[in-house]
Amino acid sequence: MAEKITVMRSQLGRARGLGSAKAGAEHWGVTRISATALVPLSLWFVWSALGLLGAPQPAVAAWAGHPLNAALLLALIFLTFHHAQAGLQVVYEDYIKGTSRAAAILGTKAVALLLGLMSSLAVLKLFLAAH
Amino acid sequence: MSDIRDAQFVAKATDGTVVRRPLSPHLGIYRWEITMVSSILNRITGIALSVGSLVLVWWLLAAAAGPQSFALVQEFLISPLGLLVMLGWTAALFFHLFAGIRHLAWDVGIGFAKPGLNPVSWLVLAATAVATILVWAVTYARLEG
Repeated sequence: MAEKITVMRSQLGRARGLGSAKAGAEHWGVTRISATALVPLSLWFVWSALGLLGAPQPAVAAWAGHPLNAALLLALIFLTFHHAQAGLQVVYEDYIKGTSRAAAILGTKAVALLLGLMSSLAVLKLFLAAH
Repeated sequence: MSDIRDAQFVAKATDGTVVRRPLSPHLGIYRWEITMVSSILNRITGIALSVGSLVLVWWLLAAAAGPQSFALVQEFLISPLGLLVMLGWTAALFFHLFAGIRHLAWDVGIGFAKPGLNPVSWLVLAATAVATILVWAVTYARLEG
């Protein structure tokens, strides 16, 4: 039986599972969106850090207790760790083969999640203590 | 064959013997261009910043924990090792920031013209140097003044 060929790719090639997983576009887009947001957020943080140079803990606590600063810090933390794990995933996908690739990706996501949550809790504590 | 993609390298020579096709030459034989440097630096600084985020985490956790813990962070940050780490941290941040802006421009189709590639690569490096020096000049003036 002669089937009409609509896909210029061998059935074996498709069955082997190489090629698009149909989920890459979102990863790509989210990396760009977080990058765009991190441009002003990073500049704000560097600016703020310069203002806090050598400042004692109470001054830093008061700064982080301000609603706007606390919100910007939470946004910076979320987007930084999201962007970091998304970027590191691409690096792993380029250089690591086999099952260790998945382990590296999932491990990094877990560490990024924990570090992000810990930092967020610290900001929340400083914010709540100031109010 | 450890990887099924290796199958693509199996071929027959004109005399019928099965041969493994050669790989095209890789990084080792090319002269380094500034575009290559800025491309790999974006990846390296991204990895460095991921690790460097630990300083931010430490700083925030210590600030939340209290004056004693915070004093410990500050002591580290103004130590020779701490200053070196933060110098690398700021340089990596500014490079990744400026190279990232360039990437975002590429994503909307700006900046692919061949004549601009080398100058813009140098511009990213120059902007990194200027921003880093500026931040550390302010740091020096504030901590010493």
